[in-house]
Amino acid sequence: MTSLLTSTTTDAPMTDALETRTTVTLTVNGREVTATKGEMLISAADRVGTYIPRFCYHPRMEPVGVCRMCLVEVDGPRGATLQPACYIQVGEGMVVNTESEKVKKAQDGVLEFLLANHPLDCPVCDKGGECPLQDQTLAHGSGETRFIEEKRHFPKPIEIGELVLLDRERCIQCSRCTRFASEVAGDAQIDFAGRGDNIEVAPSPTEPFDSIFSGNTVQICPVGALTAKPYRFTARPWDLEQVESTCTTCAVGCRVAVQSSSNRLTRVLGMDSEAVNHGWLCDKGRFAIDSVVGIDEAPLTDSARRITEPMIRRNGALETATWGEALREAARIISSASTPSAVGAIGGAALTNEGAFAWQRFFRGVVGTDSIDAQYGDGLDPVLVAALPRATINEAAEACTVVLLTGDLREELPVLFLRLREGLVKGTTNVVEMSASGSALSSLSRVKLPIRPGEAHLVARAITTDDAPLTTLASHPHGGLFTSADLMEARRLIGEDGSGVVFVVGRPNLAESSAPIEAAIRIFAERFPQAKFLPTLRRGNVNGALDMGLTPNLAPGQQFALTAGRSTLEQLRAASTGEQSVIVSLGGDILENVVDTALATAALTVASLIAVTGHGGPSLAFADVVLPATVMHERLGTVTNIEGRVSLLAPKVTPPGSTWPDVAIASELAEEFGQNLGLSDPEETANVIEATTGYPCGSAMRSTMEGIVVGRIDAQTERRPLDPMAFPGIRSADLVGIAPRAGAIASSDATVAGIATRPTLSNVVGELNPVIPMPDTYSLRLVVDRTIYDNGAAVRGTEALRALVPTSVLRVNPHDLTRIGVTSGGAVRLTSARGSEVIAVVTDVAVPRGCVALRLGTLATTESSDSANVVNWIVDSEQVVVEVRMDSL
Amino acid sequence: MAVLTAPKIVSSRSEYSDSHSMSRYLATDGFTALRKALSMHPEAVAAEVDSASLLGRGGAGFPAGRKWSMLRKAPVSYLVVNGDESEPATFKDHYLVEREPHQLVEGVTIAAYALQVSQAFIYLRGEFALGLERLQQAVNDAYEHGALGSDIFGSGFSLDIIVHPGAGAYICGEETALIEALEGKRGFPRIKPPYFPAAIGLYGQPTVVNNVETMANMPWIVNNGGAAFAALGQGRSAGTRLFALSGRVKNPGVYELEMVKNTFRDIIFDPALGGGIVGDKKIKAFIPGGVSAPWFTPEQLDIPLGQDEVAEQASMLGSGSIVVLDEDSCVVRAAWRITKFFSRESCGQCTPCREGSGWLERIMYRMEHGGGRREDLDLLLDLCDNIAPGLSWPPQQTTICVLGPSIPSSIHSAITNFRDDFIAHVDHNGCPHD
Amino acid sequence: MSYLRPDIRQRADELVSLYPQRRSAMLPLLHLAQEQDGYLTDEGMAEVAELTGTSPAEVRGTASFYDMFHLEPVGKYVVGVCTNIACLLAGGEELLDHASKTLGCSIGGTSADGLFTLEETECLADCDIAPVVQVNHRYVRTTTPDALDALVTDLRNGRRDDEIPPHGTLIRVRRNGGLRAPRAQVAAEREAAQKAREARAAKETK
Ligand SMILES: Cc1cc2nc3c(=O)[nH]c(=O)nc-3n(C[C@H](O)[C@H](O)[C@H](O)COP(=O)(O)O)c2cc1C
Ligand code: SF4
Ligand code: FES
Repeated sequence: MTSLLTSTTTDAPMTDALETRTTVTLTVNGREVTATKGEMLISAADRVGTYIPRFCYHPRMEPVGVCRMCLVEVDGPRGATLQPACYIQVGEGMVVNTESEKVKKAQDGVLEFLLANHPLDCPVCDKGGECPLQDQTLAHGSGETRFIEEKRHFPKPIEIGELVLLDRERCIQCSRCTRFASEVAGDAQIDFAGRGDNIEVAPSPTEPFDSIFSGNTVQICPVGALTAKPYRFTARPWDLEQVESTCTTCAVGCRVAVQSSSNRLTRVLGMDSEAVNHGWLCDKGRFAIDSVVGIDEAPLTDSARRITEPMIRRNGALETATWGEALREAARIISSASTPSAVGAIGGAALTNEGAFAWQRFFRGVVGTDSIDAQYGDGLDPVLVAALPRATINEAAEACTVVLLTGDLREELPVLFLRLREGLVKGTTNVVEMSASGSALSSLSRVKLPIRPGEAHLVARAITTDDAPLTTLASHPHGGLFTSADLMEARRLIGEDGSGVVFVVGRPNLAESSAPIEAAIRIFAERFPQAKFLPTLRRGNVNGALDMGLTPNLAPGQQFALTAGRSTLEQLRAASTGEQSVIVSLGGDILENVVDTALATAALTVASLIAVTGHGGPSLAFADVVLPATVMHERLGTVTNIEGRVSLLAPKVTPPGSTWPDVAIASELAEEFGQNLGLSDPEETANVIEATTGYPCGSAMRSTMEGIVVGRIDAQTERRPLDPMAFPGIRSADLVGIAPRAGAIASSDATVAGIATRPTLSNVVGELNPVIPMPDTYSLRLVVDRTIYDNGAAVRGTEALRALVPTSVLRVNPHDLTRIGVTSGGAVRLTSARGSEVIAVVTDVAVPRGCVALRLGTLATTESSDSANVVNWIVDSEQVVVEVRMDSL
Repeated sequence: MAVLTAPKIVSSRSEYSDSHSMSRYLATDGFTALRKALSMHPEAVAAEVDSASLLGRGGAGFPAGRKWSMLRKAPVSYLVVNGDESEPATFKDHYLVEREPHQLVEGVTIAAYALQVSQAFIYLRGEFALGLERLQQAVNDAYEHGALGSDIFGSGFSLDIIVHPGAGAYICGEETALIEALEGKRGFPRIKPPYFPAAIGLYGQPTVVNNVETMANMPWIVNNGGAAFAALGQGRSAGTRLFALSGRVKNPGVYELEMVKNTFRDIIFDPALGGGIVGDKKIKAFIPGGVSAPWFTPEQLDIPLGQDEVAEQASMLGSGSIVVLDEDSCVVRAAWRITKFFSRESCGQCTPCREGSGWLERIMYRMEHGGGRREDLDLLLDLCDNIAPGLSWPPQQTTICVLGPSIPSSIHSAITNFRDDFIAHVDHNGCPHD
Repeated sequence: MSYLRPDIRQRADELVSLYPQRRSAMLPLLHLAQEQDGYLTDEGMAEVAELTGTSPAEVRGTASFYDMFHLEPVGKYVVGVCTNIACLLAGGEELLDHASKTLGCSIGGTSADGLFTLEETECLADCDIAPVVQVNHRYVRTTTPDALDALVTDLRNGRRDDEIPPHGTLIRVRRNGGLRAPRAQVAAEREAAQKAREARAAKETK
């Protein structure tokens, strides 16, 4: 087996030099073993196939050596002593025995101790059949118990949070869950309580365990002490079938094992991907599988409803139709448009790359329009994104400096937050945070440069050029938000040319046009040529959809399109004035995704709407034709994550009703126009994509590896052998997934050469100095940010998550609240040019003075609003920034 | 006959009822050693301590001078004084903080000067409410007197001492657990290596941890020289030491005796010391150095009170506390109670100690209170062996810290020496003494 | 709004500023919170979490590790009787049983009038006056059943109140000194001294 080093370094002589310096040789059971210096004995032994039993050790967390299951004999100055293999680093000349009588007795003793107080409820335990304790007992246990005393008793499972139950009798005190909470997630909402054999895992006395990463504690629990409410009692492990796939809940693209029992999705577990998620998932990605089935009773206008049959609007109501009727009607509507440019498509982030490719071929090739856009006006210019030198997640996690110019990553791309946090806590990464409303990484950031709406490019300029913009910033009625010392520190951390720096860029504020942020990104990219960028476009496969040309100005493979069509916001504006007459919605619901709901509603009221979707949603109230599509876990394809990694999306269950994959829908619709897209199924489509653009969909589809990063042969990582103790419940991935076929291209041979016509920064148009209206003393500037449990399809369709959607509350700087004489927890009247609303208010020091912040997708509490969401009526996408007023009641 | 000629080094003020007051301290040579030390080079002070061959008085008996010199290579950041004294039947540090708090403060200040540390913590067992108050008063007095704080006695040396109360957990006497507690966490001992908090101690910084009694020796050593200290005692065991004597003796108490010069027989039977067994009964067994130590029987009464002398007989002088059992004492009950203590005090971090202590306690409870079986004897020994493989002394261990291998000591001692008593308990289905 | 009383909160703030890291003030702060309420309330622990920069789960987890902290209400007087080895040999178990009858509460329980909580303690390090009895962590040096009864009568009548404060009050002597030189300056001096020493040592070895 090659070491990590040799597989990533191409320069052979250097590798040799490095190897001798960083490897040691030891003897394990009489065999010589080469290991990396600093490596733990247990993992070195793993690599040579010597399995040492274990419980507390988890390869993705710091070792603690508490369970003592991994004791082995290590020769030392005082003879051979028992040492925990998980905590002992390999050493040159170390002599290890893992099989001696002494070792066996110690390990058997530990196992017997662990079982002494462990209940005998395996037959009714969720973990039964996939339990490391059970497995190890079968492998090593004596079979009879010498323990005749009364076992320790605790009341049976207690609910410690909305998603997690705790059975303290089963706990073996390995501390994996508590360590995950404090060490990895950074919120110690659970901890050990008590002492000795009374020790128990306990939540806070005052708050529930509602970490958005709580599911990971369930996954890594080596016994059935922590169980997930949604999965409890739904299946027995031996009935489960599994595929390896990619999570598309957000754009991090975590690798997952998707499991089903008799064609019913039962569980999603995080795979240990070196490049992406290290085994972790967020609770939304883990538990949102229920939304695939959806809620039958929900109305069509609710995204919790699954759409399974084609529909046509007849006499004002959507009625079930045959595919033939629906396709004919859709073709008729498209043909009835006066010109091709009166047709446009919005959405596509929910598609596979193959689906997106097929649709763009349909619109560009068959219809003849470039008005296609996978983003909803809340993203970034795709030309800019394509022009930026892209960083991988690993590069961001290992960067010396990360500049954050994005929303709260914990809410938007949760596992990216975990990966970045690792470096911050270790102190190997410094963060410069440019944020409009703070984030979960703020407290770990070295420098904080708060930005008010509309100021991003000014702050960028202050960093890249001189202090002059500081004066402008300081002239704000509420003064500057940082000092020149902060600025100096930021400059120092970024360095002269930005080498070793990763800019993580997205949209920190959705109540502001993209101009200031895009200008800021360009300023950075031009000033720091060595820096890399990780754009945080966050919807499922939005990055893949853009790469497949679902964008007004790029063709598949990030090549320039000759003509440019309308973006989503432009389409909506054109539709509301009648200039565009047909909107085809691909995947997500337009009203649920466009922040400026007033604009979207105006557009949909006028234009015809053809909705290709797997879910219901408020827009269906306006739809003329509905074409039911397959969704995640039902279809084969590839997707692309934030770093440009193309990986396999594997089907696990048969799609319900008459749903079709998008490739088929687009092809059949093309047939209505007498045209052949030449794409019969996802596999063929993937090969066509690769053959025509060099984009590695075909290779990625045949690979069960971690995917292929576009244009980055060096970003391949090696897969660790699956440790069933660390990842209970996951079957070895070699046995599942898409079977490799003869003639398949090995992943490393894939055509990943750069794409010839990729745009450069000089292709980017747009204002480098957007003009922002002067702030006045009386109005406040609105910041709209995101929450993970928004009211979208994944959450609404999942019983367990729906309860977690927060209610809307306005966050205000304490100064501004005091000024109007209201206290935190009270309510205010919020007024914008569009209307006014009463809303609960809390103080938040992370919100700059003169600003107020609201989360998108939270639930309104007042009756006065008929939108589900307070934000939507307030944001006017015509404005560069949104001004509001706040008054006491 | 007992040898009682040695000077009182740490308990010299025992005859005064106001030994804890600043006025008495000043009237009895208080702070003279500190003034002297401050006039010396810090390394010279450390050298005196090194030459004194002062073995740590907390239980492990590691030479204080050696521990310090290991550290002086890296700048030491903190000095932590271990006053958690919770080893059952150990009550010498309690005596020292209540009766001689200023001597402790002066000792700590001298040590801090030798180590060039400006921050010291005295972690005192929480249950010592009076001790905490007297020690805080002594610290306040020292500040006022200029013997503590910035620029002590105009020497340019500054030191702050924080009196930190514990909160009831035996394991916090273990130095790495103590550091965790001082950092505001649960007292989970840290896994070794590193074997000393030397490199990675408090807040991850180099830290010296020493026992209260170890510190209390400093003023005398500075005043009289390390050589004078080393001249007392014998071999590695130099100086005097406080012995806490308790159990079935006529005069239980704390006795300062020159090391090695006296035997267990002397301290237990000498009229000036223990005075013999209550009711002049026969002695059945005694524990030589805290309940973590394997027991001794009357055959071992003539072993001298010295570190190596006791170690050679497969036990330890440990914390210097001696518990005497007489012919009427039930060894099963004694061993059960000690096991119960360990079970209650196991921190719960590592499996063999957490589960093993509880299991052993329950078996021992049955032995003593009814329900014991003959096969339980083998089971007890086998479980003990799973915590301390080989049941040898010094012990091997499957646990993180040495609380684990301390658990078997009493059970193993009791079964090996008094197997018949256990059989009697089994046959009687409970304690025949009841 | 602070849950801790202003005087307690002021002492709490002093303690936090005393330590190089604020979490270190955990145990002293928990003692203070217990001084206010006699036991640790959820609100008290939440405020300690805030003061020490930890989570309430961590505070409860830490507090519950230590025997002196009570997470449930206790009597005004917590009476502890030691039954560990030295006290066992001196009749500690018998004295504990007797205390249970006199106080009218089980071991670990609180008397109906809320005045007493009885605990079986581990060794309290006063083994020469065995069996050892503590009331609110004050040694009362009462070793016989009769003496214990007399003590209980005194306590019921408030006759020992200046000697034995209510449960939770631990240290009544306030720290009034402190390092007057700024810490940073002291640290800098120390460092300079250390450098000089190292330089000297380096020269010597040459
Ligand atoms: C379970 C356990 C409890 C201990 N309790 C104490 C104690 O109460 N006081 C003490 O000074 N040392 C105690 N020690 C020893 C300390 O770990 C440490 O060795 C000692 O404080 C060092 O000081 P010294 O070198 O001056 O003896 C204990 C050790 C263990 C393993
Ligand atoms: S041996 Fe016992 S006290 Fe020591 S770490 Fe293990 S569980 Fe804790
Ligand atoms: S001690 Fe090594 S796996 Fe638990």
